[in-house]
Amino acid sequence: MKRIYVKEDWCLGCHLCEYNCAYANSGNPDMVKALKDVAIRPRIRIEEAGGISFAVSCRHCEEPLCVRNCITGSLRIVDGVITVDQEKCVGCFTCVLSCPYGAVMPTAAGVVQKCELCLRNAAGSPACVTGCPNGAIVYEEKEARECAM
Amino acid sequence: MAIDFLYPEYEVARNQSRCIVCRVCERQCANEVHAYDAELNCLKSDDSKCVNCHRCVSLCPTRALKIVKSDHTFKHNANWPQYAIEEIYRQAGSGGVLLASMGNPKDYPNYWDKMLLNASQVTNPSIDPLREPMETRVCLGPKNHRIERDSQGRLINNMPRNLVLSTPIMFSAMSFGSLSYNAHASMARAASELGIFYNTGEGGLHEDFYQYGANTIVQVASGRFGVHRDYLAAGAAIEIKMGQGAKPGIGGHLPGTKNVGDVSRTRMVPEGSDAISPAPHHDIYSIEDLRQLVYSLKEASNNTKPVIVKIAAVNNVAAIASGIARSGADIISLDGFRGGTGAAPTRIRDNVGIPIELALAAVDQRLRDEGIRDNVSILAAGSIHSSADVIKAIALGADAVYIATAALMAMGCHLCRTCQLGRCNWGIATQVPELSKRLNPDIASKRLVNLITAWTHEIKEMMGGMGINSIEALRGNRLMLRGVGLNEKELSILGIMHAGE
Repeated sequence: MKRIYVKEDWCLGCHLCEYNCAYANSGNPDMVKALKDVAIRPRIRIEEAGGISFAVSCRHCEEPLCVRNCITGSLRIVDGVITVDQEKCVGCFTCVLSCPYGAVMPTAAGVVQKCELCLRNAAGSPACVTGCPNGAIVYEEKEARECAM
Repeated sequence: MAIDFLYPEYEVARNQSRCIVCRVCERQCANEVHAYDAELNCLKSDDSKCVNCHRCVSLCPTRALKIVKSDHTFKHNANWPQYAIEEIYRQAGSGGVLLASMGNPKDYPNYWDKMLLNASQVTNPSIDPLREPMETRVCLGPKNHRIERDSQGRLINNMPRNLVLSTPIMFSAMSFGSLSYNAHASMARAASELGIFYNTGEGGLHEDFYQYGANTIVQVASGRFGVHRDYLAAGAAIEIKMGQGAKPGIGGHLPGTKNVGDVSRTRMVPEGSDAISPAPHHDIYSIEDLRQLVYSLKEASNNTKPVIVKIAAVNNVAAIASGIARSGADIISLDGFRGGTGAAPTRIRDNVGIPIELALAAVDQRLRDEGIRDNVSILAAGSIHSSADVIKAIALGADAVYIATAALMAMGCHLCRTCQLGRCNWGIATQVPELSKRLNPDIASKRLVNLITAWTHEIKEMMGGMGINSIEALRGNRLMLRGVGLNEKELSILGIMHAGE
């Protein structure tokens, strides 16, 4: 399955991925209207310290703790992609606490959101990847990795 | 001081109605032009720090930024243009030599654009390169005059060792130190993929790039930085740099701030100290001295590497080239006055040297007249803008061209001409780790390959139009050129007829 991988050697810490993520998931075709005067809540976050930076988003683990711990079944694996059904989510945030990457986060509405690889929004493929100016985030097929547990 | 004040030459125009305050401009500007105002929740810019490199403009996700030339003006004066006035103020303030970088930006004549190409009509067929094979391969080095056969009458391959290029374009000398590690990595990878060569420049060869040696030309300049046995053995050819088109007659100066870490180790110059290459080679004061160095290098490399001698195009270039051709050099590289540099005194860059077109034509003609043209190959350099310039250079007598500014632009350079500051926002002309990582060789090498591939396609198209299917048949074929708007003297130096003749 294709996943998002990060090459921290090339991450500039420009944070464009965060804005492209927020835009892609806004549902608004106009980036300015979508993001002007808005405190964005992206599903990808840049971690940076001491001159090193990289983007963190959902790893789409094969045996994900968030899915295992979800009490309502709103987090599910669909064709390898961990998706969230916000209608079912009750906002207990057990997933937020259990994700070792901090890749599941609350929305303003009190439910959770996470990276779904832009497969369910208008971008169609990860907007963070297409928008990265330096090839620091890639979307590619690699061999299966170990799960987070 | 008020007397030193100069109004910024460029202004950052921010469309606040489109700005989403993502702050990418602020994060990406090494010159600290942009700053976030938390109180007003908006970005502000200090135009005086802007070098017009377009990094912020290119990365702004909502196209909220552009750079405009300031309309601030001195009282109009046809005799004293703005730059001349400002340079006076600068020098009156500093007492120093003005520094600049990249190529001569002044409005001197561009002879490439005053030459037009021929095409076949009716009486001689043109060739469609999409249907028929076109040969762009060139071999650089001396050619044998004699055809030799064995006792059975079979041809004997008596070709001296040549550099074989898949297409007549190479990446010109730019040192590791003036350029970042990633810029060198990109050129090395692209040259290997394309079957051409890149040139190390005078800063030595980083140990990581020895693997690309078969596509590397190693340079020996007056500072002899990074020159040792393994270095000479590593490349496919050795270039002696006598001069550079951007700054004929003077040496080089890598500031200590750029001479750090791997740059210092590769150059074999103590870290933090300025790496100064002298104006002359202190062991070369004549063609005979040059011959000694040419043969020393040939012996040091066991006679396996062609030796290139690079000179700037200056007065009497034809006589100098004739001397070089007799010095044992295999290839002569001519660098015109528009060639680039990582740093040079402005006055030298803008006022010394001659156009490559005239130098190339003069050298080719002189070597032909003296019957020694086949002893050497000729490389032309100094602001080759396009495949059309490559074709015109070859028709004027070049075997191949060197490109550097165009290669930098393929890697992201926006020609802001402030390489000398070492804060290149595109990660090219800098040794600052946070900046040099902006150049990802995966991307940049691909773009270099794209550029050369595109030019090669165009070269084949133009050759086909002329009814020529081998680049060798175009070399020195000045009948394929016609001048427009040139006077008799220019036409006679270029050795071409005027359009209509």
